[in-house]
Amino acid sequence: MTAQDVSAPRAQAYDWSAIIKDLIGTAIVSLLIMVPMVAYKSVITQYSLVLVSRWTEVFAVLALILATRLALHLFVWNRAPSPVTAAAKPAGTAKATLPEKIGPWVFPVLVAFAVFLPLIFNFERRPIDLGIYILTYIMLAWGLNIVVGLAGLLDLGYVAFYAVGAYAYALLSTVYFPYWFGDGVVPWAFYITLPVAGLLAALWGVILGFPVLRLRGDYLAIVTLAFGEIIRLVLINWFSFTNGPQGITVPKATFFGLPFARGEGSFSDFFGIEFNRIHYFVFLYYVILALALLTYFVTNRLRRLPIGRAWEALREDEIACRSLGINTTNTKLTAFAIGAMFGGFAGCFFATRQGFVSPESFVFIESAIILAIVVLGGLGSQIGIVFAAIAIMGSFELFRELSVFENYLPEGTDPVHFRMLAVGLAMVLMMRFRPRGFVTRRQPTVFLKERKAVSGDLVKEGHG
Amino acid sequence: MATATKTPVLSVEHVTMRFGGLTAISDLSFEAYPNEITALIGPNGAGKTTVFNCITGFYKPTGGKIALRHADGMEFLLERMDDFRISQHARVARTFQNIRLFSGMTVLENLMVAQHNKLMLASGYTIAGVLGSGRYRRAEKAAIDLAKSWLEKVRLIDRADDPAGDLPYGDQRRLEIARAMCTEPRLLCLDEPAAGLNPRESEELNKLLRAIRSENDVSILLIEHDMSVVMGISDHIVVLDYGQKISDGDPHHVKTDPAVIRAYLGVDEEEEEKDALAAKAVAEALGDQA
Ligand SMILES: Nc1ncnc2c1ncn2[C@@H]1O[C@H](COP(=O)(O)OP(=O)(O)OP(=O)(O)O)[C@@H](O)[C@H]1O
Ligand SMILES: [Mg+2]
Repeated sequence: MTAQDVSAPRAQAYDWSAIIKDLIGTAIVSLLIMVPMVAYKSVITQYSLVLVSRWTEVFAVLALILATRLALHLFVWNRAPSPVTAAAKPAGTAKATLPEKIGPWVFPVLVAFAVFLPLIFNFERRPIDLGIYILTYIMLAWGLNIVVGLAGLLDLGYVAFYAVGAYAYALLSTVYFPYWFGDGVVPWAFYITLPVAGLLAALWGVILGFPVLRLRGDYLAIVTLAFGEIIRLVLINWFSFTNGPQGITVPKATFFGLPFARGEGSFSDFFGIEFNRIHYFVFLYYVILALALLTYFVTNRLRRLPIGRAWEALREDEIACRSLGINTTNTKLTAFAIGAMFGGFAGCFFATRQGFVSPESFVFIESAIILAIVVLGGLGSQIGIVFAAIAIMGSFELFRELSVFENYLPEGTDPVHFRMLAVGLAMVLMMRFRPRGFVTRRQPTVFLKERKAVSGDLVKEGHG
Repeated sequence: MATATKTPVLSVEHVTMRFGGLTAISDLSFEAYPNEITALIGPNGAGKTTVFNCITGFYKPTGGKIALRHADGMEFLLERMDDFRISQHARVARTFQNIRLFSGMTVLENLMVAQHNKLMLASGYTIAGVLGSGRYRRAEKAAIDLAKSWLEKVRLIDRADDPAGDLPYGDQRRLEIARAMCTEPRLLCLDEPAAGLNPRESEELNKLLRAIRSENDVSILLIEHDMSVVMGISDHIVVLDYGQKISDGDPHHVKTDPAVIRAYLGVDEEEEEKDALAAKAVAEALGDQA
């Protein structure tokens, strides 16, 4: 490395006249669009149609647009690397950037935040619910990441395993366990079913895996999608077994046998505290946090084992894998099975949290959302998935609450309906600016001297 | 020939490979002997890579038999085995004409993937590994040591932690050979290892291949167009043309075989006399490079 390389300017000097010209242009175009659309609104009163002007809103939006564009000029667009640094830098291992330096701290900080979240928000119901909701999707996305991100197999039917887990809990805890072992087992049903749900889902992962092993890319995606739909349709139509579209009401989980209820022998009674409904939600929150962390650490460990390296090698080059004696059939099956297992755990949890399961919860859009989280996070990156889940699920929740938009929408439209639009827009923006997701670098699983992240350009996305 | 008395490691017997109407190999028989370097040469499209694909199980030959023998007497019929089993049990490793590295994984990781089966066993098919067994940790350390020793031999030890896709072309070729050797093969099949190398790098490759042959219990089967490599290191050369064997013997024999000269010059039988002069020139050129 030469001294020139070190001292090379990180950012070029700003070309102010060009920036100002661009901003003026932006303002003109924005006004042209906004004046007819936003500035006046027609309101039907009892007797007549009146125009209400809304210039404050127009200028607020304009200011927002200009500020965003200026920020892009200052911090994003000017960062085109100068030819000197671009040439000196090897393509694969870029030098440590800010995210690189703070990288090792991100996960511990996130975990600490997650652990103290109920305390931070003073045991309020809303943030805890939201935490449960987001953590469920983080866990699902971490599970799907094994199949899509590591092994490079596109699975559009992941929600099927979620359904298997949920129905496993619903049916075992309400029908089979009481029948086999008597009613005394019901308080423990959650703890017994959790591993069973995981195993059943893994079994279904293998069952799905077998026929699709020879398929790749688009074909694999279509068959997995169909599989997801088949499971849902079976749940709807096999009335005698699943109770069809009416669903099944399932018992709440207990604190190792202590129910969350008033009175003798309950959780609050045992610990001598006053009964409060929030206890149950805090409990659920920590259960899903523990399950998600289990998924994280097991996956992380698997990546460092031969099986995980084989998954990634499979994504990189299947033929080379076979030439090295790797049984690619088994490797794909284990990826499907282990990914499915985590989906099954999450499904079991979902059933207890909801207190009710029905086929409606397992529609294709759920698979699509989980896949979107994986893709937005950056294929293979577990940390990226956390941010993607917060971004996507958080924005869904935001839309649920936003009444601000109501003034601007035709009568009777619910802002909730716009959430998919927002996700679509976010996806388009992502494809434009970060086509490989939030975190594109791949961390190697083993190293001799130093752990250098592999740049995303070299990492393959798999071929199905 | 001295080699005729030894038992061959690899015998290809009457192998035919057809793709629809095209016969890529027809009735090919040849043998490779223990601890020798056997070269497979021939003009473009002669069917050399197809022979490799049949030996390593990527193609199932239309007819014929391919037998591989280990020093301990074990015999494998490769035409009946799955590709990954050929690598795992018969211990045949290969490289590819168009390099196939795991480009998004580091150099060291590439060599670790090559030791998959051994490590899989040590990790108790993952279960003991997840629980953090000491046996797996020791096995992993041994695997890293083996990888390190190969990286030193191919002079890539300084790049161990870099992504494989980042290496220059010549280094990628050597890494692919090291990766194949990490599977601890009995037969190493190299598909044009010198393609795209400069003369200095080819010379280095010669040394590497000789070292591999003398330091390991391995036979090498080599496809190569670079005559300086072929003539310099082969013990035995098989020449293919249009899927048929046209010559087979030691480098001197092959170099002077009129059939080979004809194939490389593309002359008709009748014109043979006229082109004898040109043929002699070619023979000299081949000899010069050797
Ligand atoms: N999978 C296949 N399907 C159809 N034809 C094939 C296939 N593989 C090889 N061939 C044909 O078989 C013939 C031999 O090809 P092969 O790749 O073995 O030649 P080669 O000797 O390795 O040539 P080169 O020196 O160019 O690598 C060619 O005509 C090729 O088109
Ligand atoms: Mg070839």
